[in-house]
Amino acid sequence: MSATALSALQEGLVSCETCGLLSRPAGADQRGRCPRCGAGLEARRRQSIQRTWALIIAAAICYIPANILPVLTTHTLVSSESDTIMAGVIYLYTSGSWPLALIVLVASVMIPIGKLVALGYLLISVQRGSVKNNRDRVRLYRLVELIGRWSMLDVFVDAFVVALVQLKPLMSVEPGPGVLFFMAVVILTMVAAQSFDPRLVWDSDGDGQGRNG
Amino acid sequence: METVACPDCDLLQRIPELPLGGKASCPRCGKTLAAQLPDPLDRPLALTLAAAIAFVTANAMPLMSLSAAGREASTTIIGGAQQMWLQGREETAIAVAVCAVIAPACYIAFMLTALLAARRSPAPRWVGTLLQWADRMRPWSMNEVMMLGILVALIKIAQLATVTPGIGMYAVGVLVLLLSTIAVTFDPREIWKRVAWANGRKASPAPHPAASAPAAP
Repeated sequence: MSATALSALQEGLVSCETCGLLSRPAGADQRGRCPRCGAGLEARRRQSIQRTWALIIAAAICYIPANILPVLTTHTLVSSESDTIMAGVIYLYTSGSWPLALIVLVASVMIPIGKLVALGYLLISVQRGSVKNNRDRVRLYRLVELIGRWSMLDVFVDAFVVALVQLKPLMSVEPGPGVLFFMAVVILTMVAAQSFDPRLVWDSDGDGQGRNG
Repeated sequence: METVACPDCDLLQRIPELPLGGKASCPRCGKTLAAQLPDPLDRPLALTLAAAIAFVTANAMPLMSLSAAGREASTTIIGGAQQMWLQGREETAIAVAVCAVIAPACYIAFMLTALLAARRSPAPRWVGTLLQWADRMRPWSMNEVMMLGILVALIKIAQLATVTPGIGMYAVGVLVLLLSTIAVTFDPREIWKRVAWANGRKASPAPHPAASAPAAP
């Protein structure tokens, strides 16, 4: 590697996000197609910052009804009871399976909030042109991408509880409106993570003196 | 030697010739850029084939059955989505069906076809398209999350009724293991090397992996 670290953007090259081929666009400001796979070429994901902000704001809004509205309603012969996500966690805890309560708490409460905070921090630091902790910030991004899917856990739990407990009139469970909002949070944050471009973290290193090591 | 830009930080760099089992990571951000894997086409193909069998079994067999007060009920994977739909939560039902059945099915089918077609070099162009779509399906294919979800559901219900895990449940476990192993034995660059170029240029015939040069210093 040469002494000065150069990014493809600084050299006027574009790396294809689909197949990884490095190519030189025919003209400036002209979006071409990858000669190998034919995918549209972009130096950076288009409107990455605006899109990611829009998606995490939408997710944050959906997060409120997701926690207030019930996700499951249990009907028995004598009573019917509605549970929110938090009530489900508490139910698991009081019924003696605290490891499961912890798993659901992490997946349904901590991961969605953590994703929103992490993406918000990444966006603000990129917009302020921060050049600090670049490596840690990219690690944080990879972590968000890796664990984001696990917050879908509660949706699966609800789906399978509903599918199985259909012993009418003795006992039946039906999904509540909270599931829809919770699912929206998961999908919106996953798409937000995909629309954020980690290369933006390094672009403020304008002199090309990246922290090697 | 191939010049690439790191997908995570855009740093330009050359990938050296790697020894068998060697990996190249970006010096700036640590992203793994290339790996010289043993049998880069055969191993993922064998695993994908096994995953296809596990997937069909997991979907065809009941996941678990429940009995309470002399009544019995059982469910399959798609049953989870179906009941959501019947209860009026159509959007959630679609999301469950996509993440539990459709995305994994597409991922396995695309990978299987791409790996089979890439055995001849140069491989047809559509192999690249399939690879791209397999990659798009991956984040939405959530079998491991589903498995944990089923286990939590099982324990939740176990307090109300007797629950017995079925053959489908074990098949899901096998499927999760296989899918995570495919990811480590497969480097998409190996296929891209063989695919015919969109602009008509012929792909350079890839060197046989076993004949790779020894490690660069």
